[in-house]
Amino acid sequence: MHIEKDLVAAAATPLVLGILADGDLHGYAILKRVGELSDGRLQWTDGMLYPLLHRLERNGWVSARWDAESGRKRKHYTLTAAGREALADRQAQWDVVADALRQVWNNLQGPSAAEAWA
Amino acid sequence: MSGVHAGLEEQIDQWRTWVLRRPAITPDDAAELEDNLRGRVDDLRAGGLDDDEAFLVAVRRMGDLDDVSREFAREHSERLWKQLVLVPDAPSDAARRWRDLGVLIALALCAGGAVKALLALGDDEGFALNVGFAVLPFLAAYFAWSRRLSGRVVGALVGLAAAVAVTVNLYPFVGSPDDDVATTLVLVATHLPVLLWLLLGVAYAGGLWRDHARRMDFVRFTGELVVYFALIAMGGGVLVALLFATFGVVDVDVQPFVSGWLMPFAVPGAFFVAAWLVEAKQAVVENIAPVLTRVFTPLTLLLLVAVLVALLTGGQLDAVDRTLLILMDAILLLVLGLLLYSISARDPLAPGTAFDWLQLALVVTAFAVNVVALVAMVTRIADAGWTANKTAALGLDAVLLVHLVGTGWLLWRFLRQGGTFDAVERWQTRYLPVYAAWAAIVVVAFPPAFSFA
Repeated sequence: MHIEKDLVAAAATPLVLGILADGDLHGYAILKRVGELSDGRLQWTDGMLYPLLHRLERNGWVSARWDAESGRKRKHYTLTAAGREALADRQAQWDVVADALRQVWNNLQGPSAAEAWA
Repeated sequence: MSGVHAGLEEQIDQWRTWVLRRPAITPDDAAELEDNLRGRVDDLRAGGLDDDEAFLVAVRRMGDLDDVSREFAREHSERLWKQLVLVPDAPSDAARRWRDLGVLIALALCAGGAVKALLALGDDEGFALNVGFAVLPFLAAYFAWSRRLSGRVVGALVGLAAAVAVTVNLYPFVGSPDDDVATTLVLVATHLPVLLWLLLGVAYAGGLWRDHARRMDFVRFTGELVVYFALIAMGGGVLVALLFATFGVVDVDVQPFVSGWLMPFAVPGAFFVAAWLVEAKQAVVENIAPVLTRVFTPLTLLLLVAVLVALLTGGQLDAVDRTLLILMDAILLLVLGLLLYSISARDPLAPGTAFDWLQLALVVTAFAVNVVALVAMVTRIADAGWTANKTAALGLDAVLLVHLVGTGWLLWRFLRQGGTFDAVERWQTRYLPVYAAWAAIVVVAFPPAFSFA
């Protein structure tokens, strides 16, 4: 299924913040987690993920540190306190959107279901 | 890494070199992308692909590298600064650069002609008021042309500049009997370039002057322009000195030629060439900017400490000379210029370093100097009443003080309390219009307020 670019972009920040709320991860692990959570239907490119992570870092919502595991340099991202606040804020916003959409979907199904019984 | 995967390692090496060729991608980014690539390759190999297949699929899935690079550049505007120059948008990039130079030189000749015409009028006061109008519109015209500025923005800029030009030229300045130039005229002549320069910034930003990144680019442009102009001016100075010396030996007086023709064209010309160099060769000086700020930040700190000690031990503050206060404003302006320049050259993602602490020390010392200067000025004004000079100095001091306090506070938050450097940066660009507003007040409101004296 193709998901519109704007929608993917809008969901990106809360998704990354939410994934990092479970624990520190490196970039590729975040990508994989996004794939798992969406059953592979959300596909992010590197051009999207890393600049986003850097923007979150610049905002102070995540902090990053370099680790060397088995000789391989790896950058881990951690959610900061400010990031947690931002996440809560985004969650509240998305709840409003999701709630409104759910009602719209219900209305859409409602009449057609009623017609089927008629 | 076993020998079995030597081929894969070689491919990844080649890939890394290729990635690093893009100016918007730093070695750290490349390391991050490489980790990602290796993760993908490992997963694909676990799924049954061989090394070559896994590498190809993984590279493919990472997305088009040009797009990736562009996204990085968009996020890191300080790198976009480089990207714009080093990644040609068309194969004719070199040709475009020469065409730009041609246009700029033509505009520089126009500016030189305008300066020459102004000089020919033989009116020193008129020259001081109008020299900015003789030079800067031509540079603005270049930006309007190269950035395809919309007609509305051009109209607004031309209208504003023309209104200011007409206003200051219609003001009936009256010189005082002892030093025949009106104080308010001097104030207008010194504040006008600031106002015009910030208007030029609107053209530089292609009309998007509200944008933080564009404003920061303009700050960078200004800093680099000063450096290039100083370099060219020094070289030009040596040449002129040699010219004088040589013609002196053969007893030919070149003074009329130098002051009448060479200077009116050479100075704006140097200015325009410097502007072109900044536009065309950004990445070259970008390596100098951090070095320069690292050299001059400690030196300026020493200067400020010396000034502070001199002020505090130099006797009664109300006796401090007015000239010293104006000098102090100049020093503080220099400090803020230096701060702005080093902030614009800094990677906002880098963690706090000893140099950031040094900058904080600079801000705190400048703040102390500013407070002493304010106290002295308020005392003087309480004693002798408001004059145009004192009011202008006081106003500028207040404007600088707010800028310093904000910068110091945000730097402190960045270094101690988990604030971000981004906040420091944004404060700088957000504050720029205040300078434009203050310059506009001095230029437009001061002469009538102080009865053109």
